[in-house]
Amino acid sequence: MSDSTTPAHPERSAPAHPERSRGTAAGTNYLNAQRGIKSWLTTLDHKRIGIMYLVSVLTAFLLGGIFALIIRIKLLFPGHYLITRAQYNELFTLHGAIMIFLFIIPSIPASLGNFFVPMMIGAKDVAFPRLNLMSLYIYWVGAAMALLVILIGGVSTGWTFYAPFSEGPDAGHVILMTVAVFILGFSSILTGLNFIVTIHKLRAPGMTWFKMPLFLWSIYATSLVQILATPVLGITMVLLALDRGFHIGIFDPRYGGDPVLFQHFFWFYSHPAVYIMILPGMGIISELIAVHARRRIFGYTFVAFSSIAIALLGFLVWGHHMFVSGQSVMAGAVFSFLTFFIAIPSGVKVFNWLATLYQGSISLRAPMLYALSFLFLFTIGGLTGIFLGMLSVDVHLHDTYFVVAHFHYVMMGGTVMAFVGGLHHWWPKMTGRMYSEAWARLSAILIFIGFNATFFPQFILGSRGMPRRYYAYLPEFQGLHVFSTFGSWVIGAGFFIMLGYLVYSLKAGAVASTNPWGAASLEWQTATPPPTENFPVQPVAEHGPYDFEEVVAAQAALEGSAS
Amino acid sequence: MSDAITPPAPSEKSPSAHLEHAPPAHPERSRGTGFHVAHHFSSAEVQFDANKMGVWLFLVTEVLLFGGMFCAFAVFRSWYFPAFVAGHDLLSKAAGSTNTAVLITSSLTMALAVRSAQMNRKGLTLGFLVATLLFAATFLVIKYFEYHEHWASGELPGALFGHPYMNLKLSNPALAHPLRGESLFFMTYFVMTGIHAVHVLVGMGLITWMLVRTSKGQFSSRYYSPLENVGLYWHLVDIIWIFLFPLLYLIG
Repeated sequence: MSDSTTPAHPERSAPAHPERSRGTAAGTNYLNAQRGIKSWLTTLDHKRIGIMYLVSVLTAFLLGGIFALIIRIKLLFPGHYLITRAQYNELFTLHGAIMIFLFIIPSIPASLGNFFVPMMIGAKDVAFPRLNLMSLYIYWVGAAMALLVILIGGVSTGWTFYAPFSEGPDAGHVILMTVAVFILGFSSILTGLNFIVTIHKLRAPGMTWFKMPLFLWSIYATSLVQILATPVLGITMVLLALDRGFHIGIFDPRYGGDPVLFQHFFWFYSHPAVYIMILPGMGIISELIAVHARRRIFGYTFVAFSSIAIALLGFLVWGHHMFVSGQSVMAGAVFSFLTFFIAIPSGVKVFNWLATLYQGSISLRAPMLYALSFLFLFTIGGLTGIFLGMLSVDVHLHDTYFVVAHFHYVMMGGTVMAFVGGLHHWWPKMTGRMYSEAWARLSAILIFIGFNATFFPQFILGSRGMPRRYYAYLPEFQGLHVFSTFGSWVIGAGFFIMLGYLVYSLKAGAVASTNPWGAASLEWQTATPPPTENFPVQPVAEHGPYDFEEVVAAQAALEGSAS
Repeated sequence: MSDAITPPAPSEKSPSAHLEHAPPAHPERSRGTGFHVAHHFSSAEVQFDANKMGVWLFLVTEVLLFGGMFCAFAVFRSWYFPAFVAGHDLLSKAAGSTNTAVLITSSLTMALAVRSAQMNRKGLTLGFLVATLLFAATFLVIKYFEYHEHWASGELPGALFGHPYMNLKLSNPALAHPLRGESLFFMTYFVMTGIHAVHVLVGMGLITWMLVRTSKGQFSSRYYSPLENVGLYWHLVDIIWIFLFPLLYLIG
């Protein structure tokens, strides 16, 4: 195995390869190959672009999180407190818009995906490196416009921009915000397009579709949705801006237009968009569970194809957001029926992950803690989604805190847990440093407890009739609101601890080895941090991504020959 | 026309010649020919395929972008059928038909430009690209006169409907008592043809860029990928118009 073509030890093969002759093999990596801010801003290296995306989306997460904390503090009291009604409307709109468009949609694909998709398939870069950098700049332009909206007075429509309210006088700077969303959508399309071509055309020799890590299947499915759904959001935003700016009438009943058409258009994108958000998270969970339970993933093909199934079925269910919007009873029944189908591929994944854990050597390191959190929270989020998919139940729960809690269980309990778990899992590879395991566990436990304390009471609030997006509420709801707000502080504490130990690890963390978790996929078979072109020699995929026995044997052989 | 583009060498006959060509001896040095295999592609062939696939995927997003508007058109047409029939009577079928012919011809000249580049006929490539540009400009000029006519007659979307600007009189007395939804016909007309016109403008920019690169001698039978991809985009712009024309102008 020591003659393996997988470049487990770049140091050993370095002299043979001209591209590594610039520095000592161990010393040169993507982080120090070039220095200075300009070398970052003009880089075409997918890893550096991924890091810049990572910093950007985490900044957006911080901003959106601070807005959420302010909203929760206001809701400590049922009446007027701390902020005005108008400010409250702007805060929940910006919380939603920033978290969705600036954080969660680009979060995993553009940061971890950019960094690891080429590495996992054994490529030197994505198919279109310039386009990749361009998508980052487009993202920054969109983000700058969204920040400008905050500075000049905000939007109060909610992140859904429903017409005709969004065309009225109280809606705020809707046109600027829709242009920002249009631009951000462009960035998302370019990322998805790049990944599809990369996965099709740049796989290393031996890397067949069914030897790809499951993260790649989920990124591929995500990219399909990004390409097929985002253009519809783009045209919807253009039409809304034109309608608000020039009163062209498309969504305006005064001229015969149809506000429900806006909802159809919006959800035709925004329902598939929740799969843009969750699918990459599911891909990360497949990696975390397999690696940290040291067990080959159970039912690889089922997990792989369930990603594609979710992506495709996700296009057929948008009408379940509109059960009370005046669509026909027949349409409602069909959308409700189709919605239940989505539960099948999601269930396939959850059961396969559980079967993978069964009799695995589970190590409760931080990535696994986040994976377990995901399983627990995503299951609650998914099952409550079935409640909301039922026509009769939804009429009662529509636009209540039940929806808010369901959405946060899936998106924060699902995607954010997976993102943070993946961040810890790949942190050593990206930075070359180990984070503090003790602090990471503490933070994971705090976030899990805080999350449930925040959002579980919201299920109860919603089922008792507390409407979402309300500034004032009935006094009998105050107890649960206070509980929820306390929970949000625990989440906040967990994330600030995480920020602390991650930043600290960059300076003072233990130096990470090539493959600290003993993973079998290609990104772990090169130096830490990786060299600019990822691998000193073209890697060959000889075994599957979850064949841990071979990795153990290979490492033992290497250590044996080294001593 | 076919004798004008007779291939200079029999071996270059096939448009799929790119599959045979080998990368040049010094891929990263051959800037003069514009041919350059990026470091992360294993061969020129993979790079060619990847670029083409990327463009096709981009075209998919364009189809979906217009798909939203076609959907709105279908909805409003079924709701306000009489108004849409009345609206389509106000469009100039002569202008629309001329523009359709112009755009289809421009697609032909674009395809011939790609073919000329594949056969190393630089002068011919330049000529066909210029012809494509001229047809595109003709299309926009005709469109401008149509828009101006509607603008002057108050045949405009939404709140602007029936309000002629620049103190011009209503040329169409039918607009004094418009049918409910007639403004929506002009909404779909202006939005769809307007966004299509933006695509024509972008296409003209891209063709100009190709013109510059061709005149620098960057394309040859071995490397013409950007030219072909701009061609693909231009054909899509053409195809969208081929759907717009009957829907807006012809069916009543």
